[in-house]
Amino acid sequence: MLGRSVIEVANLRKAYGSTVAVDDASFEVREGEIFGLIGPNGAGKTTTMECVEGIRRPDGGRITVLGLEPYKSPYELQHRIGVQLQQAQLQKRIKVWEAVDLWSSLYPRPLDGDELLEQLGLADKRGAWFMTLSGGQKQRLFIALALINDPEVVFLDELTTGLDPQARRKIWSLVTGIRDRGKTVFLTTHLMEEAERLCDRVAIIEHGRVIEIDAPTALVEQHCPERSVVFTADASPPAGLDSIEGIESVSVEGFTYRLEGRGEDFVTRVIHHLSASDIHVRDLRTVLPTLEDVFLKLTGHGIRD
Amino acid sequence: MLKGLLKLTWVEIKIFVREPMGVIGTVGIPVVLFLVLGKTLGKKMADSGAPPTVLSSGLAIFASIFIAVGSVLSLVAIISIYREGGILKRLRATPLRPQIILSAHVIVKLIFTAVTIGLFILAGRRYFPLDLEGSAFSFGAALLITTISIMAIGFVIASAVPTARFAQPIGSVILYPMLVVSGLFFPIELLPTAWQTAANLLPLTHAVSLLKGIWSGGAWSDHLVELGALTLNFVICIALSAKIFRWE
Ligand SMILES: Nc1ncnc2c1ncn2[C@@H]1O[C@H](COP(=O)(O)OP(=O)(O)O)[C@@H](O)[C@H]1O
Ligand SMILES: [Mg+2]
Repeated sequence: MLGRSVIEVANLRKAYGSTVAVDDASFEVREGEIFGLIGPNGAGKTTTMECVEGIRRPDGGRITVLGLEPYKSPYELQHRIGVQLQQAQLQKRIKVWEAVDLWSSLYPRPLDGDELLEQLGLADKRGAWFMTLSGGQKQRLFIALALINDPEVVFLDELTTGLDPQARRKIWSLVTGIRDRGKTVFLTTHLMEEAERLCDRVAIIEHGRVIEIDAPTALVEQHCPERSVVFTADASPPAGLDSIEGIESVSVEGFTYRLEGRGEDFVTRVIHHLSASDIHVRDLRTVLPTLEDVFLKLTGHGIRD
Repeated sequence: MLKGLLKLTWVEIKIFVREPMGVIGTVGIPVVLFLVLGKTLGKKMADSGAPPTVLSSGLAIFASIFIAVGSVLSLVAIISIYREGGILKRLRATPLRPQIILSAHVIVKLIFTAVTIGLFILAGRRYFPLDLEGSAFSFGAALLITTISIMAIGFVIASAVPTARFAQPIGSVILYPMLVVSGLFFPIELLPTAWQTAANLLPLTHAVSLLKGIWSGGAWSDHLVELGALTLNFVICIALSAKIFRWE
């Protein structure tokens, strides 16, 4: 899984007038992974991504994508990457097949457009005008356009923002499908659940600075080691809960117990203890911290604040 | 890349035709107006015994230049709309060169300008016998040069006007007054001297003069000043818009 790095960004800087959008950002994306740039709106995700795609000129720093410098060789780069922009539209009255056909004509060895539309569930929309598509269908068309040249790296900027949960799930499985075909995916999102589901590694960006880079589980492990187990037991209160290794607090509400502790093995220990004490457990669930909690911990505020 | 240009041009033609208001506004209404005008005016003039050709030569140039300016305004509008909607940006994140994207739009507008003028000539022939003394080919070439030169002004307007809503009105406010003093409606000799000097600096004045000259059979060599002015206008405007053009 640890492939060579296909994107290298070092000390990237970009300001719009007096607004510093990206401030000294550095990270790398490796071959075959889904890498996520995550952070709240206005953090500088889109700006960073567009600099990497070669459509925005950085003020400082060094970027290489597949060995090319994006702003210096934009056309050469465009042949080898696929791009979905955060805020893009097509001509209102362009038909789905016409867009795919136009894009196919721009590359030397395009994939089969109809097959791609089929895979993305757009086959029955071939003849529909762009303006008549739903949000999810538009995004799937943009994915089709990003894949038409069989690119080595695919860029997806806030792919599911504004979509309903069902459409979102469909897109998620498409994205993991892209990686499974051996492509590298570089995406941005402000949805922590999305990042957790999709990304092999994430970089957390805030106010234009990258503050952490790692696998989501590793970040949770490192920054939020607390674990909770909540269970409901029949009548008799189990004894010795306080003695479970790593436990920090026990709270009781009726027959429902909430155990908080830390450590990778905490949940296993609780389960062992419960089965050893031979009590009847009606219900048991674990509450694990998420990337959202990591973000809160690192920045002192929630992602949606 | 040529393949991309042809594909994009063809797609844009289809899209233009799909927009009913666009076709009616730029092709339909002018032709219908012209027909109505021809029916009433042409008949009156025939009754009064005035030689119809007096009006018709002016009318052909008048119509041509109005259609050309109209096309330029719709070019300005479409570029602003494409920019505002992020369509230009999306097209740019492909191997398409910017010049190709803009050229496709220019070609589409040139084609529809030609179609509209062609329809005009067909529709008007019955009422206004054309007194074209030069060759139709020369006039077509003069019109092409003129239109391309005005389109360059359109690029500057499209580059400078930030929002799509104001693009067309601002374009009209710039281009139509230029037209008023261009010698199209009355000879510029009727203007005060200072105004004449100003009018002679405007590209549309040279456009009108070139079209009139070629229409009445003048030689190209007699119009080197106009050709020079239109070329200069083109070069300056393209250089300026290349500097200030924004893709988003
Ligand atoms: N074209 C632009 N002109 C001026 N400011 C911009 C522009 N694009 C983004 N910004 C500003 O730069 C910052 C980062 O924006 P962006 O990169 O879009 O962040 P994100 O994608 O994480 O939401 C924000 O403060 C935003 O307002
Ligand atoms: Mg963004």
